[in-house]
Amino acid sequence: MARKKRKVPALNASSMADISFLLLTFFLLVSSMDTDSGLARRLPPPPQHEDQIETVKVQERNLLVVLVNASDETMVRSQIGTEWYQSEVELLGRGNKASLKDKVKEFVLNTSNNPLLPELMEEDFGSPIGTVPVTGDHVVSLQNDATTSYKTYIAVQNELVRAYNELRQDGAKKYFGVDYDKLTTDQQEQINKLYPQRISEAEPKNFMGGGK
Amino acid sequence: MGKFSKSGGREMPELNTASMPDLVFAILFFFMVTTTMRSETLMVKLKLPQASEVQKLEKKSLVTYINLGPAMDAKYGTGTQMQLNDKFAQVEDIQDYIAQEKASLNEADQQLMTVSIKADEETRMRYISDVKQALRKAYALKISYSARKAEN
Repeated sequence: MARKKRKVPALNASSMADISFLLLTFFLLVSSMDTDSGLARRLPPPPQHEDQIETVKVQERNLLVVLVNASDETMVRSQIGTEWYQSEVELLGRGNKASLKDKVKEFVLNTSNNPLLPELMEEDFGSPIGTVPVTGDHVVSLQNDATTSYKTYIAVQNELVRAYNELRQDGAKKYFGVDYDKLTTDQQEQINKLYPQRISEAEPKNFMGGGK
Repeated sequence: MGKFSKSGGREMPELNTASMPDLVFAILFFFMVTTTMRSETLMVKLKLPQASEVQKLEKKSLVTYINLGPAMDAKYGTGTQMQLNDKFAQVEDIQDYIAQEKASLNEADQQLMTVSIKADEETRMRYISDVKQALRKAYALKISYSARKAEN
């Protein structure tokens, strides 16, 4: 047999690197794909003293109260009137009522300078917005019952955020002529200052005697 | 010149790429291991509520999670349970948990820490409120209500 040493043919492993790179990139992508998303909020700092109750006085006209009760119905109350939403469909304005979003927008804008809606105050926002009247002191107060379901709560929160987002989008279109997403960070900041998100989440109450 | 002609005895030595796959596999395994390490095993059933205006949480390392929902294991009953890290906890434990998570970040990032509340959509608000109050006391004021992206 020992005529000549047979050479072992070399296995072509050049594509191995490609395959493993493919796997690597796959895992790289997948590992960052699972980012969490949600509605961002800022909580108020805790009261300094035990006996200190929230004494922030808000004028009646500057306040929009959104109540979510134990049976997941929503009530919106401001000085111009009260609206009941029995279900999420009505909340979105698909029934024959004005949607919560439009209510909030009307409240925040107060275009007609209605004395029952928040006070308009002239404020300078820098160019190109300039000095415009805004409802700087308005507060949207969101209150819920102890047995309100989280689903409805988030749905209402979402509508509130949507109202602000649409206002900001409109503002961006009006003053900068482009979508809000296309603005620079500074410009977005300007618009955010024009329409600040003033949502207050109060401590829950037992409106209907339910819960503990 | 004949410098590049093959007639000479010298040949361009072939680059040995045989160890390349080994290197890449090493990186690959590193990523595989680290990605599974970060995600904790869920012990509560989570069906997140839907929302259309969600924002992405940017820096994952700055996010602390609080899971709220009915336990997967039936022996714990059907009530809402809270899971911090890998074990069930009570609302009173939140402050310690937050302090611990905060301490693990460097000082500049502590202000940016976000707490993501991942709660099942059937959770009653009283649990969420309790958690919120505890977070306020722990000075973890940046929160995010985790929700699935949905068009509506």
